[in-house]
Amino acid sequence: MSKGWNRTLLEALAFLLSVVVFWVPFYFVIINSFKDRTESSLLNIDWPSRFHILENYKEVLAAQDYMMVRAFFNSTVITLLSIAVLVVVCAMTGYVLQRRTDRWSGPIHFLVMAGLMIPPAVVPTIWVLDSIRLFKTMTGIVLVEVALGISFAVILYKSFMATIPRKIDEAAVVDGCGSYRMFFQMVFPLLMPVTSTVVVLSSVGIYNDFVNPLYFFPGAKNATIQLTLYNFTSMYNTSWNLLFADIMLISLPPLVLFIFFNKKIVAGMTAGAVKG
Amino acid sequence: MTKSARKLYTYWFLLPAGLVYFALFLLPTIMSFFFSMTRWDLVDWEFIGFDNYATFFSESSLNIGFRNTLVFAVVTCGLKVVFGLLLGVALTSGLRIKGYLRSVVFFPTLLSTIAVGIAFSTMMHPTQGLINKTLALAGIAGPDWLGDTSIALLSVALVDVWKGVGMATVIFIAGIMSIPEDYYEALQIDGGNAWDKFKHITIPLTAPAMNSVIILAFIGGLRSFDLVWAMTKGGPGFSTDLIASIIYKQYQGGFYGLSTAGNVILFVGVSLLAFPLLKLLNKREVDL
Repeated sequence: MSKGWNRTLLEALAFLLSVVVFWVPFYFVIINSFKDRTESSLLNIDWPSRFHILENYKEVLAAQDYMMVRAFFNSTVITLLSIAVLVVVCAMTGYVLQRRTDRWSGPIHFLVMAGLMIPPAVVPTIWVLDSIRLFKTMTGIVLVEVALGISFAVILYKSFMATIPRKIDEAAVVDGCGSYRMFFQMVFPLLMPVTSTVVVLSSVGIYNDFVNPLYFFPGAKNATIQLTLYNFTSMYNTSWNLLFADIMLISLPPLVLFIFFNKKIVAGMTAGAVKG
Repeated sequence: MTKSARKLYTYWFLLPAGLVYFALFLLPTIMSFFFSMTRWDLVDWEFIGFDNYATFFSESSLNIGFRNTLVFAVVTCGLKVVFGLLLGVALTSGLRIKGYLRSVVFFPTLLSTIAVGIAFSTMMHPTQGLINKTLALAGIAGPDWLGDTSIALLSVALVDVWKGVGMATVIFIAGIMSIPEDYYEALQIDGGNAWDKFKHITIPLTAPAMNSVIILAFIGGLRSFDLVWAMTKGGPGFSTDLIASIIYKQYQGGFYGLSTAGNVILFVGVSLLAFPLLKLLNKREVDL
């Protein structure tokens, strides 16, 4: 009996703590995004005297000639393209690296690991992009996101490949499969579980990326979601309601992803972290 | 490896990834050593030897970044380990609401750093902010979280922990779940209490998880940029400037050589600190 009470007390305490530490900040942003400018400038968590939901969100979306809409479009395209490239090239790489061991394996592994630790050299990257005419272009930012995402994805693919028996390869060879057909028709479909992990994790990372677009994709026309939010801080520094509405809008995609793929995300991140 | 296997697992498969990785990661990294010794505008460069490094180490507005970055990395890493481990233990225990708690703790990991930074800087407002108003109810005069040079860096570090502790927690949870139940039962038979379990079983057997958390959080802390930039832009003064934010400021100012020198210093710093740390941690793991 007393043990049950103890547990209930502990649970109540943990719940209360989670409300204070996590729900209050969420609620603070949500409720203030519903207020008018004067009330939101008080920065409190009181109930709004009148709700201004539609006006606020409409105004944010329409601001600066529908900058947000363009930013959503840009971010979506960058994210989708980067992921498509990442999945194909990293699956191929992880597959060969796991199946093949020779004197190159060590150095290649070292280079892949280096990508997880070493901070990218910013201005020299701009220099490279500029000299191949890709600075400030969609292709350029996509390639940068791919380059910086390769290490993590390759490690995930490589460790998943270890769970696929070599017998399958041998059978395919006996059936007369060449290396390309074998990979794309036999192996790649088997990599589905890890592919979905890579897709979910990379999409969160690239969608939320602020630093790379800031450096490699500048210019008003090239707005991405995170850059718009950052620029709105100076534009809306007296209209907290609009700034918070902006935060709510850009947090929706990760929220949706979280609701549907919670387990996948957690499992993928853990696997990546422990194996990396 | 037979010839047919070499042909089957051809290195041509590495070409697309290798090309992108080389052109946009390895090549810039290699070139950064050269460009850090130049005065440079992306087109023309003038070789000036170690002048940029000398500037970086002597100028107080630049070298303050070393201390700040180290403090930031150590504080965030330390807190993530402590809170991550405690949460990990709590969330693998008999609590009925642990599924809910895991989700809540993990969710901030997926949020935009800029959004989190903005939300917390409003809550940390010295007079109007939610935090100080709440403290005032209890009769405590809250500090100027982001305006006081002596605590601004720590305030940002706390927000970083708030956002990142979910990651540490799930890694610890994975580590704790992999400990066989028998170990705890054996200790129970020997008369061990909860503290003994934590000290003699959980801590040593989660060493691999702890190493992952330490390395990830420490390197992440050293490279950190966006949260500081969203919350303080390095201010007040230069009190929250990290190496990464100094690199950005020098880039904005058009000092590309100096900015690149900052990149090389960060590169060397991460390598000098992270690789020995990795070795040390791995050794500890083997000794157990």
